[in-house]
Amino acid sequence: MAMAIRVFLLSLLFLSFADHSFSLYEDQAGLMDWHQQYIGKVKHAVFHTQKTGKKRVVVSTEENVLASLDLRHGQIFWRRVLGANDAIDGVDIVLGKYVITLSSEGSILRAWSLPDGQMVWESFLQGSKPSKSLLSVPINLTVDKDNVILVFGKGCLHAVSSIDGVVLWKKDFSAESIEVQQIIQPLGNDKIYVVGFVGSSQFDVYQINAKNGELIKHASAAFPDGFLGEVLSVSSDMLVSLDSTKSILVTINFQNGEISFKKTHISDFVEDHSGIADILPSKLSGVFAVKINTLLVFIRVTAEGVLEVVDKINNAAAVSDALSFSEGQQAFALVEHVDGKVLLTLKCSHDWNNDLLKESVEVGHQRGLVHKVFINNYIRTDRSYGFRALIVMEDHSLLLLQQGATVWSREEGLASIVDVTVSELPVEKAGVSVAKVEQNLFEWLKGHILKLKGTLMLASSEDIAAIQGMRLKSSEKSKMTRDHNGFRKLLIVLTRAGKLYALHTGDGRVVWSLLLPSLRKSGSCEHPNGLRIYQWQVPHHHAMDENPSVLVVGRCGPNSDASAVLSFVDTYTGKELNSLGLVHSVAQIIPLPFTDSTEQRLHLLVDTDKHAHLYPRTSEAINIFQREFSNIYWYSVEADNGIIRGHVLNRNCIGEVVDEFCFDSRELWSIVFPSESEKIIATVTRKLNEVVHTQAKVVADQDVTYKYISKNLLFVATATPKASGEIGTATPEEASLVVYLIDTVTGRILHRMAHYGSQGPVHAVFSENWVVYHYFNLRAHRYEMSVIEIYDQSRADNRDVWKLVFGKHNLTSPISLFSRPEVIVKSQSYYFTHSVKTIAVTSTAKGITSKQLLIGTIGDQVLALDKRYLDPRRSVNPTQAEREEGIIPLTDSLPIIPQSYVTHALKVENLRGIVTVPAKLESTTLAFAYGVDLFLTRMAPSRTYDSLTEDFSYALLLITIVALIAAIFVTWVLSERKELQDKWR
Amino acid sequence: MRSKPVILVLFVHLCLSLLSFSLAISSGDGYTITGRVKIQSMVVKAFGTHAKSSNVKVILNGGQRVTFLRHDGSFSFYNVPAGTHLIEVDALGYYFSPVRVDVSARFPGKIQAALTENRRGLGELTLEPMRVEQYYEIREPFNVMSVVKSPMGLMMGFMLVVMFLMPKLMENMDPEEMRRAQEEMRNQGVPSLSSLLPGAARST
Repeated sequence: MAMAIRVFLLSLLFLSFADHSFSLYEDQAGLMDWHQQYIGKVKHAVFHTQKTGKKRVVVSTEENVLASLDLRHGQIFWRRVLGANDAIDGVDIVLGKYVITLSSEGSILRAWSLPDGQMVWESFLQGSKPSKSLLSVPINLTVDKDNVILVFGKGCLHAVSSIDGVVLWKKDFSAESIEVQQIIQPLGNDKIYVVGFVGSSQFDVYQINAKNGELIKHASAAFPDGFLGEVLSVSSDMLVSLDSTKSILVTINFQNGEISFKKTHISDFVEDHSGIADILPSKLSGVFAVKINTLLVFIRVTAEGVLEVVDKINNAAAVSDALSFSEGQQAFALVEHVDGKVLLTLKCSHDWNNDLLKESVEVGHQRGLVHKVFINNYIRTDRSYGFRALIVMEDHSLLLLQQGATVWSREEGLASIVDVTVSELPVEKAGVSVAKVEQNLFEWLKGHILKLKGTLMLASSEDIAAIQGMRLKSSEKSKMTRDHNGFRKLLIVLTRAGKLYALHTGDGRVVWSLLLPSLRKSGSCEHPNGLRIYQWQVPHHHAMDENPSVLVVGRCGPNSDASAVLSFVDTYTGKELNSLGLVHSVAQIIPLPFTDSTEQRLHLLVDTDKHAHLYPRTSEAINIFQREFSNIYWYSVEADNGIIRGHVLNRNCIGEVVDEFCFDSRELWSIVFPSESEKIIATVTRKLNEVVHTQAKVVADQDVTYKYISKNLLFVATATPKASGEIGTATPEEASLVVYLIDTVTGRILHRMAHYGSQGPVHAVFSENWVVYHYFNLRAHRYEMSVIEIYDQSRADNRDVWKLVFGKHNLTSPISLFSRPEVIVKSQSYYFTHSVKTIAVTSTAKGITSKQLLIGTIGDQVLALDKRYLDPRRSVNPTQAEREEGIIPLTDSLPIIPQSYVTHALKVENLRGIVTVPAKLESTTLAFAYGVDLFLTRMAPSRTYDSLTEDFSYALLLITIVALIAAIFVTWVLSERKELQDKWR
Repeated sequence: MRSKPVILVLFVHLCLSLLSFSLAISSGDGYTITGRVKIQSMVVKAFGTHAKSSNVKVILNGGQRVTFLRHDGSFSFYNVPAGTHLIEVDALGYYFSPVRVDVSARFPGKIQAALTENRRGLGELTLEPMRVEQYYEIREPFNVMSVVKSPMGLMMGFMLVVMFLMPKLMENMDPEEMRRAQEEMRNQGVPSLSSLLPGAARST
């Protein structure tokens, strides 16, 4: 009997496990997750507003996204995310129905249907020489009634039919050693001028017949002073450029094949001219703009080539291209910053003194400067012209300005997240009434009755809508206070623009945002970029009154030896507390496991000279640090040289200035990989804040194994140099992949394993005592995933309580650098169908809940795969004991269950990273996936075993209780009556 | 509401069928891989997502290049060097096997393709998405069994059993035996239900 019960319970357990633990009903989508779509920083914008119908703007962005936006509200009509190496160089609209994009350095031309974004045709333009890529759509140029698109790319000029993308003719310039700068197609003319430089001091013009691509005339002229920079076309036969000293403007006239130069000193226009002049690449007619330091000078070119200054504007931010809005009239926009507002001026290029429009718009101070402006006109009801401007700000946001107001804005900075961390929300204060948010009891009961009706299929369609609405916008999840389960948090994200956003995990709204002043371009910091973000201060216990803060580490330049900047930001208020411009560089940031009395975490910044700098710079910190001085080890990976080094602290830096927070380091060990056969392609370690519940693992037949849990393990993957490129470049014979597990304190290689005939890219995740990695098997031509688990053998004898107490321990046995750790390693490999972009693992508060892998697939979805599928103990025929333990029979490939996609029917376009954050509730973890889109969901890898699910019906429970009580009374009355009858009898 | 699935099944005839390959030799150092993805009218269940062919991506070598489908489902990769390549199709709502493509350097113009999942070779054949992916669980329509099986249902069920079946059992018992059992009970002092309840003391 007992046996039967046991079997029954086990089979029940097994059944519940066999169920995929992440799955949603369709009406649950959006309940625990949110999804936001972005496009990135806009590079080009083309308006399409002529026809009646939907007014839209087609944009291309730095994230290689092509999108069509609703001009009225800013929503995305459609969006196409191109490949990572497929940057868009030009966008235009032809025939009023196709969007044309030129990408991949001028070699791929595509046409997209304007209404729905379906690709219509695609042309590959061949060429051999890298060159500028130019896209030009002449207005009236037709060949055989076919509108022609002119494309210059890879050293060739192509004329492409706009209907089907067929190349009509092609003219190769790659043999001519000319660096083509501009393609000029005068209006109403069948000639095309191709202009460029040969070397730096010769100017060439090719005149080409637009009908067939034949060369009509070639002229060249030498210019001994040399050119520098770009040429700008001012009119159909006039160009402007700068000479090699950047102090003389050169006007080039090439009418009728005669080339003539005219030099004008910039100092003629600006008296105290010093510094570098640049010609702004704006397409205005007859006018061009020169930027000298902060001064913008507009210069008009007369027909004779004489230059005259039209206007000088200080601190102008951006100039748009010219827009022809009525018969021969052209306008362009000029944006300035005045008193924290954006001043938009529309000027008519022929009549300078007459501003078509002058409006000042408040755009919010956390957006920085205007980087780009695009304008469009519309006809007002009174038949006059109105203008709207699309502006791109320093923080990458996109705004539409019209009639002095911001019509809509998009936070496009969030499309380029660099790093993510979390912060807790404030604790609920006594003064805040909970009832205010939670509605009254009647409302609450009504909601549950509605839900019950839904369950019993009694609800009408409007009831169903009410239920769904109620679930989606429950105020509970977006409150600004900490909740009992720890679901509500702030996600602090750092974007490429140097802006920090705090997103609420409940609904994804931006709580605050801050354009970090220390990460903005300034005189001392030319090209700042944000690197990482760390939790600086996480107050709990005795420092509860402090607000938590984060540390943002940045760098003043693209190279690792650029000086570092630190910024400390309060996560409740979003204010920068402090910022430090450092003299040293930053190569590595090590958060130490120590905090000071105000709960500030100690951080060690290692610079490129291998000096370690301690932060915060307080005497308390140095005291804590001195105590642990000899216990601090770190490693560095030099992937290019194939060396991994281990370091240890030595003593204080010796330099001119005594700096007690700076320490020398000493190399402890190094591992050098043979450069001819192994190249480091991936390294991964455990997450520092990971919690492991227990070291012991009970396996079948009541046996115990001990996980080898060390924070100092490093997983390294190397591949043969020939096979370290992409798939398709190496054959199985010449490719091999070697993986290592290295102890980063001693430098000992604990395990080495080779996969012959395999290659990268390797994506790996390290957690507890296991690593899972994904690579490509060239022999099978399939992707594979392998798992390595590492167990501690030195404690393997401690099987029972007595041995555990009195047996050999890691702690009591002497530890020597030279003693070999007794570990055993188990490994297994499986096929996996998809390419992978990133892998993460779920993490929970106490580490009890079983783990799931979160796999970001090539289709930009996130798949949750139970770790039990990647268990080296899987075998084809598990024994009964193993089955009871939950070992899945071995299959050659990992299952892909569609219901276990945590992103369900959504995509996180251009997925780059997945971050998991434990909630306070042990069963639950928050998973945040970011790319161009953002997605956050709450998941429970072993189901929510410690709380009732959201769809638990309280009403049904109440009804049951009431029914039971009623039944009790009924039976009581009945039994009493029966007893009475019995007694009468 | 109910008619929607039917309409969807009727209307959603997405054609996706295979990749039929042809190879064009290009004058440069690479070849062109041209194929077709057609989503044939499969049993499209109405669960809200079906790949619009406009957002289907075709990916070469794990993201090295990405291209899109034309109206007729065709796609091309240009300037691909000879070698063995991998093509994946990313269509939300469908599961495609990656395809191994061998571009031969020795016999220009020769191309071989095979599904990697089941090693089936593809000539000018057509390939269908291996399955439709259902991202949501199907909500079971309400049935009495689900309520009965829930913990509360079991509680109620037990109650009912006790209330209606037990007296029946008692009736079927031999009155003699019954009396004896009651006697025994009284002797052992097992409280009857009524004696447990308030007011029971009054009746005894």
